[in-house]
Amino acid sequence: MDFLAPFKEVYSLDNIKFLLDGFGITLKVAAISIVLSFLIGGLIGTLRYMKIPVVSPLLAVLVETIRNLPLLLIIFFTYFALPEIGIEMEITTAAIAALTVFESAMLSEIIRSGLNSIEKGQIEAGRASGLSYFQTLRYIVMPQALRRMVPPIVSQFISLLKDTSLAVVIALPDLLHNGQIIYAQKGSYVIPVFLLVAFMYFIVNYALSLVARRLELN
Amino acid sequence: MLDFTILTNHLDSFLEGLKITLISSLIALLCSFILGTLLAIMRIAPIKPLNWLGTAYIEFIRNIPVLVIVFFTYLAGHFGGMIAGTIGLTIYTAAFIAEAIRAGILSVPKGQMEAARSTGLSYGQSMRWIILPQAIKIVIPPLGNQFINLVKNSSLLAVVAGGDLMYQGDLISAKTYVTFDTYIFVALFYLILTIPLSIGVRFLEKRLARSNVGGA
Repeated sequence: MDFLAPFKEVYSLDNIKFLLDGFGITLKVAAISIVLSFLIGGLIGTLRYMKIPVVSPLLAVLVETIRNLPLLLIIFFTYFALPEIGIEMEITTAAIAALTVFESAMLSEIIRSGLNSIEKGQIEAGRASGLSYFQTLRYIVMPQALRRMVPPIVSQFISLLKDTSLAVVIALPDLLHNGQIIYAQKGSYVIPVFLLVAFMYFIVNYALSLVARRLELN
Repeated sequence: MLDFTILTNHLDSFLEGLKITLISSLIALLCSFILGTLLAIMRIAPIKPLNWLGTAYIEFIRNIPVLVIVFFTYLAGHFGGMIAGTIGLTIYTAAFIAEAIRAGILSVPKGQMEAARSTGLSYGQSMRWIILPQAIKIVIPPLGNQFINLVKNSSLLAVVAGGDLMYQGDLISAKTYVTFDTYIFVALFYLILTIPLSIGVRFLEKRLARSNVGGA
């Protein structure tokens, strides 16, 4: 019975509601970041695909640098280092900015390789039928590439949802952060809190991974 | 301009952090390779309860944040930050490596296992001597990618006082109040590790793609 007591105390209605509030923040931050990353990553990926002199190589260096850094460092940097050069953001904005920088680099690679996977003959056929380069890109290459990109993009969204938890280091009041507040009350709360927090992340991410798998099969 | 006195005055701390980051990542890679191989075999072995157990582990761990695991190993066990962090990284990475190894094993034609079994080897022996050596070729590039992820994820040791590069950077910036420059140097140290690894992995991937085209 002693073993179960902390579970009963932790799984009270108030605590669960508190954790769900945190999860709401996690989902909100992740959703905003994925939309921004898709736009920025899409632009970067397309510009790199087009092989524009100077621009594309510069973007390549930028993307490779960001992809090879720990996200935690980027979050610390955004929140603690940028104010030194006069860029100050409140916690949620800083979290979204850091996640967007990191995930844009990741998504740009997905988008670039999606575009590259379309056979060159498609572009030649588009141009031969009288479309301009941009029209070919917009109406011939993009629609085909986007369909192939959907599964890896969903996978990246799962990563992003998990990565959002790193923002607890700058005290973003997300799911993990609210969990910390609950288990800090008593040593015996640690295991019940972590089980529930992990379970919440798992449910949403697992559902998304099933969607990604379904899309891959189609 | 960057303040290079930060680097020269605290070079020992930076190098100590770099060492811990490397050691922790290497140990976690080795341990998660062993655990991951076991999990992959559990998923493939013709024993249903083992399949379920392996699948449950992999699906659960892959879908929760690594930071949750690291905090848990730190708080639930009585380890220091570095050991707890390395255990947490191992638990997490093993799930991804298991999937890479499973894909490698499944890529070996079925006839290989049948041939091995018919020459009198047991299932375990066929796995060990016939299947795994052929699977490993395909598994090496994803293993390299996981090692890069490990080097980056080992920065989570900083939140449990694990003494790694990120942690040392935090200490230096707290001591000197020069956060911007310190983090730039921390970033450069990470890039010294991850960029050569990325280039190496890409090289291996290309070579593998070529050898597959040639062999087909």
